Amino acid sequence: MKKRILSVLLAAAMLSTLLAGCERKPEAAADGTGSADGNVVRIGVFEPASGDNGAGGKQETLGIQYANYVTPTVEIGGEEYTVQLDIVDNESSNDKAPSAAATLVSDGVSVVLGSYGSGVSIAGSDTFKEAGIPVIGVTCTNPQITEGNTHYFRICFLDPFQGTVLANFANDNFGAKKAYVLTKLGDDYSTGLGYYFTQAFEALGGEVVEETFQEGNSDFTSYITSAKNEGADVFFAPSSTEVAALLVEQAASQGLEIPLLAGDTWDSNVILNAAEGKNVDIYVSTFYQEGGDPEFDAGIKEWINSDSTAKANNGGDDTVSGLTVMGYDAYYVALEALKAAGSTDPAAVNEALWDVTYSGVSGDISFNEIGDANRDAAYIKHANTETGAWDFVAEQSVAQ
Amino acid sequence: MEWITKNLPYLMAGISVGGQYALIAIGYTMVYGILRLINFAHGDIFMVAGLIMVYAVTVMPMPLAIVLVIAATVALGFFVERAAYKPLRSAPRMSVMISAIGVSYLLQNLALYITGGLSQQYPAIPWLSDTVTILGATTKRVTLVTPVLTVALVVVLVLLIKYTKIGMAMRAASRDFETSQLMGIKLNSVISMTFVIGSFLAAIGSMLYFTNYTGVTPTAGAMPGLKAFVAAVFGGIGSIPGAVIGAFIIGICENIIKGLGWTTFSDAFTFALLIVILIAKPTGLFGEKAIDKV
Repeated sequence: MKKRILSVLLAAAMLSTLLAGCERKPEAAADGTGSADGNVVRIGVFEPASGDNGAGGKQETLGIQYANYVTPTVEIGGEEYTVQLDIVDNESSNDKAPSAAATLVSDGVSVVLGSYGSGVSIAGSDTFKEAGIPVIGVTCTNPQITEGNTHYFRICFLDPFQGTVLANFANDNFGAKKAYVLTKLGDDYSTGLGYYFTQAFEALGGEVVEETFQEGNSDFTSYITSAKNEGADVFFAPSSTEVAALLVEQAASQGLEIPLLAGDTWDSNVILNAAEGKNVDIYVSTFYQEGGDPEFDAGIKEWINSDSTAKANNGGDDTVSGLTVMGYDAYYVALEALKAAGSTDPAAVNEALWDVTYSGVSGDISFNEIGDANRDAAYIKHANTETGAWDFVAEQSVAQ
Repeated sequence: MEWITKNLPYLMAGISVGGQYALIAIGYTMVYGILRLINFAHGDIFMVAGLIMVYAVTVMPMPLAIVLVIAATVALGFFVERAAYKPLRSAPRMSVMISAIGVSYLLQNLALYITGGLSQQYPAIPWLSDTVTILGATTKRVTLVTPVLTVALVVVLVLLIKYTKIGMAMRAASRDFETSQLMGIKLNSVISMTFVIGSFLAAIGSMLYFTNYTGVTPTAGAMPGLKAFVAAVFGGIGSIPGAVIGAFIIGICENIIKGLGWTTFSDAFTFALLIVILIAKPTGLFGEKAIDKV
């Protein structure tokens, strides 16, 4: 009999953990601050909170939450609306993304922000398209996301641009002639950025050695050995932060002497923590350098430090990631669109988005005819292994 | 000399990762040998051992944490068997297998819930994580320690199985479940002992593995677990030396393939090898021939 009770208990525990993954927390609704007349506009947040890109997704969401904390209401068509964030977890997984997107659609959101990670953005795109809901991509940099559709916008730069910036940087600063490019198989962000970097680097007369790794791989020692044996001048690894932490650690223990180069995903304190006190040389391209807007920095640091959950989601300290800044700006772009539309109807918001302009913390934002932001500059940062902070290196732009 | 310096790291990585697969593979092969059960939760027990270490070092000194990790992992293996497999002893084998898959998902989702899904940085174990240089190749000391420790543990285990009473009981139980019971062997304690040994080795394996590859995620046990399982089948499931040799072969081949520049195919190779072996020698390298009992 005891056994039977135990097995029932175990079965119950198993079921409850399965459901725990699906649990969602509508943010503003719970605290009872909804305006008296019940005017509520829902903004969907389509971000990974677990899986490979969980750390980055959480930091991006943090920026959106902070913006919502600063500006919890918006005036639409002469009436005051409370903004309610509807946060779903797409689990960094291309096959989970459509169902997370469907949840937002059935919740009746007016506009969606996200996602960190190009693969999940592409995977979720069609669900939003069919429902006629516009999406504002925050840091998804793969060109395919906005191509051939009218509902997906984005406020960040694109991979062809970012790849060129990094290739130029490698060529100008290190006189690099040979680059080792390591990408993840089946990851749209990683292979995309790797491809554009290779194109740009070869156009500059450089030579590229390309290798790939698979999902679930955590042994990078052989890749590092190969990079050394090939005599590469730079190691370019566009990848998730999870992989980055492993790679940095193993590069340090194997004494890799060439600089490690990466894109916007590495702009995270996960990398800073992994690199601290080790002999590694890391450069990343990103959207924002801490100190660019002191007022914003001070405000968000105070908010992060006052909220232990926010601090944990930011990786345990108050370093301001470029991702957080982009999340913050994306929220205001969404508000601008809602104001311009004068309605919470997704179709009206979609129409209004084309003409939205906004001066954000990360720079001026406006959209071109594809729905991409007009951006022409990226920041290059260097990981300081002594202080555990990012050092500003250069603001790099490309002749288009 | 230069050739050695260039290629030694591949071999070292292969031997070291092979040793870590071997420690996990023993857990699979021993359980299979006795229960004819593929314990799918074993890779996740390995992952939980890693997580326990992450949390243990925040509240206690390292030597104590190591002891706690081993004790807690052994206890986890023991309780998983008692709660999820023992009540199904007389059920069809498929039910136990499903139960094992359930435990695997339970552990992964619990880990997801506790960690919030983010990769946890594994603490550096002093001495083991130090960087050393041999023949011009730089690596962590754990890379060198792993194969030695693995072989030592396997020798001890084989002696244990050959010369102790419990070892004899294990061999008897793996030959014939019912008859050994008739001969007065306490099957439940033999099976518990198998899980205890398997979990102990998984705990040691997790320390070696995560010291080299320092991120612990809820799915961190899946890939090593799968590779170790392939190693166990490759070597002949049920055979301990077979599992160890299989694990080393897989670890080394995988890294040589990467060294040759065919990185895309390194996992494909592992699984292709499994298929080839199963076709050519269905019982694996050291597997016993299936005897039809009448």
